[in-house]
Amino acid sequence: MRVPLSWLREYVDLPAVTAHEVADRLTAAGLKLESITSHGHDVKNVVVGEVLEIEELTGFKKPIRHCKVETGEATPREIVCGASNFSVGDRVPVVLPGGVLPGGFEVGARKTYGRMSEGMICSERELGLGEDHGGIMVLPADTPVGADVVELLGLRDDVIELEITPDIGYALSIRGVAREAATAFGVSFRDPADVELPEAEGTAWPASIGDPTACDRFVLREITGFDPAAPSPLWMRVRLTRAGMRPVSLAVDVTNYVMLELGQPLHAFDRAKLTGEIVVRRARPGERLETLDHVVRDLDADDILITDQAGPLSMAGTMGGLDSEISDSTTDIVIEAAHFSATGISRESRRHNLVSEASKRFERGVDRELPLPASWRAVQLLAELGGGTPGRGVTHAEAEAEPPRIAIPAGYPGTVAGVPYTKETVVRRLEQIGCVVTDGDDPAVRKGAVDPTGVVTGGELAAKLAVTGPDMITVTPPSWRPDLTDPNDLAEEVIRLEGYEHLPSVLPKAPAGAGLTEEQRLRRRVGRALAAAGYVEVLAYPFIGEADLDRLQLPADDARRRAARLVNPLADDEPLLRTTLLPGLLKTLARNVGRSFTDVALFESGAVYRPREDAPAVAPTPGVDRRPTEEELAAIEAALPEQPRRVAVVLAGEFDRSGWWGGGRQECWADAVQAARLVAAEAGVELSVVADQHEPWHPGRCAALYVGDTLVGHAGELHPRVIEAYGLPARASAMELELSRLEAVLPGPVDAPRVSAYPVATQDVALIVPDFTPEADVAAALRDGAGELLESMRLFDVYTGEQVGEGHKSLAYTLRFRAPDRTLTVEETTAARDAAVALAADRVGAQLRGA
Amino acid sequence: MSDYDPVEVTPLHADEVSRMEAEALDAITSAGSLDDLKQARLAHAGDRSPIALANREIGALPPAARAEAGKRVGAARKAIGQALAARQAELEAERDARVLVEEAVDVTLPWDRQPRGARHPLTTMQERIADTFVAMGYEVAEGPELEGEWFNFDALNIAQDHPARSEHDTFFVGSAGSGMVLRTQTSPVQIRALLQRELPVYVISPGKVFRTDELDATHTPVFHQVEGLAIDEGLTMAHLKGTLDRFAEVMFGEGITTRFRPNYFPFTEPSAEMDLKCFVCRGASAVPGNPPCRTCKSEGWIEWGGCGMVNPRVLVSCGVDPARYSGFAFGMGIERTLMFRHNAEDMRDMVEGDVRFTLPFGMEI
Repeated sequence: MRVPLSWLREYVDLPAVTAHEVADRLTAAGLKLESITSHGHDVKNVVVGEVLEIEELTGFKKPIRHCKVETGEATPREIVCGASNFSVGDRVPVVLPGGVLPGGFEVGARKTYGRMSEGMICSERELGLGEDHGGIMVLPADTPVGADVVELLGLRDDVIELEITPDIGYALSIRGVAREAATAFGVSFRDPADVELPEAEGTAWPASIGDPTACDRFVLREITGFDPAAPSPLWMRVRLTRAGMRPVSLAVDVTNYVMLELGQPLHAFDRAKLTGEIVVRRARPGERLETLDHVVRDLDADDILITDQAGPLSMAGTMGGLDSEISDSTTDIVIEAAHFSATGISRESRRHNLVSEASKRFERGVDRELPLPASWRAVQLLAELGGGTPGRGVTHAEAEAEPPRIAIPAGYPGTVAGVPYTKETVVRRLEQIGCVVTDGDDPAVRKGAVDPTGVVTGGELAAKLAVTGPDMITVTPPSWRPDLTDPNDLAEEVIRLEGYEHLPSVLPKAPAGAGLTEEQRLRRRVGRALAAAGYVEVLAYPFIGEADLDRLQLPADDARRRAARLVNPLADDEPLLRTTLLPGLLKTLARNVGRSFTDVALFESGAVYRPREDAPAVAPTPGVDRRPTEEELAAIEAALPEQPRRVAVVLAGEFDRSGWWGGGRQECWADAVQAARLVAAEAGVELSVVADQHEPWHPGRCAALYVGDTLVGHAGELHPRVIEAYGLPARASAMELELSRLEAVLPGPVDAPRVSAYPVATQDVALIVPDFTPEADVAAALRDGAGELLESMRLFDVYTGEQVGEGHKSLAYTLRFRAPDRTLTVEETTAARDAAVALAADRVGAQLRGA
Repeated sequence: MSDYDPVEVTPLHADEVSRMEAEALDAITSAGSLDDLKQARLAHAGDRSPIALANREIGALPPAARAEAGKRVGAARKAIGQALAARQAELEAERDARVLVEEAVDVTLPWDRQPRGARHPLTTMQERIADTFVAMGYEVAEGPELEGEWFNFDALNIAQDHPARSEHDTFFVGSAGSGMVLRTQTSPVQIRALLQRELPVYVISPGKVFRTDELDATHTPVFHQVEGLAIDEGLTMAHLKGTLDRFAEVMFGEGITTRFRPNYFPFTEPSAEMDLKCFVCRGASAVPGNPPCRTCKSEGWIEWGGCGMVNPRVLVSCGVDPARYSGFAFGMGIERTLMFRHNAEDMRDMVEGDVRFTLPFGMEI
């Protein structure tokens, strides 16, 4: 909302303060300053001149005039001018040499087109009055020559732009802002809507309300014999422009002016184009309307229409129809001022993607008492500025609407604030915003109602929101504050007017909490461990497309292809929500490589979105006047996809860097698997690693990762096609693991080991196993077979080749044995080793090498 | 051994002991290196050295002779030991002076063979904020990112046709009318916390949220918020102020407080916009004549987030009795906090994953 300060001052006796001070007070009251624009403060030496002579100069590319202009000085001025829309005798604004135009544009005396030019004759745009640059601004014939144009035209003004929150529709008007400003400065306010309306004689054009849920007040007034050629006065055009609206024609400008001033949207019909009684109703099947923007719209059964006996005239509160619109030949006008359903207009506006100044106001709530005075003001202005005769009658259709009342204990605002306010303060503040306050509790209050924003305050809810206590007062909010429906709404009004800056600061005592959960701790540990190991965290967008799944080489039936889809994606080629973290990571890897960072290790920890099999297509939205039932809550959860947390890494280039010490080490599949082990170690579980073939990994270099029997993820080198598709360095590797599955198997507290001080006994074994045997299985067999005496073991060599035969590998381990209570004998350790080898032979067919 | 005469033990003769001592001292003195000295120590002071062997014979002497022999051998051993220690010290000093200098390296060379990574500053910022509240007794609450509209809007008193709903540029999921969205705020976690937890509830919930904004320097369609909620008996707006003042001090230093301005949020009533006193100029730049401040654009205050008293309607939709319980909620943007706390200029840097942006932030923020 843009508020020219001069307009505001018409209705509130502001002290001599700057626009900034006004804006600060309004901001403190909840009308937040967006910007302040100053107009005309830099303009000087612009006076009214009378054109005495005009000499047309020829021989130039365009017509040029050399004029003699009387400016009230000792002698007339010679001025060269490129416009030709004025005549001898016209009064025009002249900037004299040494004068300044808006924007700091200084004007001097200079020679141009071969003549002296002592200043300049100005257009409206040059004076900062509007966009009109079609020619010189010709002033009325009685304008005094030599008068200061800045004063005369009110060039000087400040415009405060305020951000109006959606609850306070009343502040989308000079009237509403003036009321707030008056309260903020403690000065008096003159309500521009508070006008004495003359007794109506009969009715204007006939009208009725067909659907009281769509409209509860509908007012028509008429004016006849209007001069369609009458221009809007300059002051009106200036104000409209500065308030952000484009001047169009007098009739349109007047409706806009009254809307800006009072907050009541108005519509003007060409009386000659109406047929029979006007009815406000919902649209009928198949009805269409061509709106002012030349779009033919198919109307919805829920749309609110202004119709006559020939069909739809306009879409209520959003946009008028083309056919009934006033034109440059309209002499008889019907002005409509109505109070429409906020919800209805909101829906209509969204359904047709039509946001207008009118719809913005209606959906935020318009004063129900405005249609009569606003329409009166409009016809008065039209008659005054465009001739014509206002009709003496008024058509006034209305549906019964009871004003809401709210009962609260007088101390309630203080209870909410945490600082006591006296009853006198509470009542005074509520009265300042226009409420009527009476003592006592009116039991009828809690019957409930529907507020204009469509929130059902059904009987049950109203009763639940009711506040009782000593010293009850009953508050009737003013008609322009339909947002005040609940006890807390009243509390806010009192607290904000008393000043948020006076609230005390008291730290509450929260009960002792349990700290982070095990899952939350694990997530942090995993992040730290990966970062410490060299990985840099990224937070990629979760948006992916089919192309990403193709690039990952996922087969058609891969579960990761079942993805949740956005109705309105930002990019048409990324409508899906990720089922794997890899696309985002791989793109980020490629971006870093593209920026010449070729040795990169990245990780991400975040949710993937996995639609459930047979999930219902719709998550229900139960009512809000109670807690939903467990069934309702379960139905919402059932529709939502599973959203497990995953962690993934990608890496390329050198993992151990080369440098002055020599060569580095290229990352490889093993680093990816190790990253998984690192994550598992943070969870306190051991991974078993099994060879697998799973996209997007290299089929010969892909590990499936298990905890017990649970598959938790995959790691290894990426498939060469994936590397190519994402443009990654060769041999790039990746790991992805479902953290949520680890969270489910967290082992709990560690059992403290007993540390033995007896000497260690080591034994080496080399086992030959088929080469597809997972190392983890061999190790597990050795460990289980060796029994309690085994302290630790380590794989120190892997050999494939002739000596162990085709299709086999040799795994060599050092086993370390130790007893808690004695020095082991050679016999004991050999027996334990033999038992280990025997179990490995039994489980995985291992043969002792060299045996 | 019957003819063995215990009195005549040759090695214990005085001249014999002197000879052993002299030989030992000679060997020690002539040892040119620590290795030589080690050999000399073994030969002349070790378990099998002549003097050690002689020492063992003392027991074979008649009691009368033992004392004198013992004294003699002991003195010799002491002299040998002292000589060894002295020579050891000499040789070590010599080695330190020569060898360790020869072995000197250039310790200034880098050894970044395995550079460490870093956590994303948006992650660590969320953790830091959460920790501040955990220390006050709050617990960290979580909820799904793909959320039911009931949780994201309805239960938060954002009615279907309320303008506030269309102000959220929402990603809808599935089909129009599916009732599922990418959450536009972390506030639905409030609802889940109230439905799932026992009262009183004090929770903090950081997380990812989504709006259909194109990525530019100050907007991103995927961003992060942190939301706090406290529901208890007798909570007031003064408690909200106290909590946020404490939070501001912990995050930005002593004396940095907050300022409230009236605002509108459907899920709080009364509602406020919360400003942070500028932690760089401490408000000084707002006074005309003082030097300008880049952090607060010389306004003295930095817009930080929104807050208010939980709208009783929200409590009703969660089955909490507003006649008994009241509470407050607050929320702020993590990206924004990072921008002004760390002077980050472009939101794209937080999104793109360029390692140059993230690495300096390390493990904690």
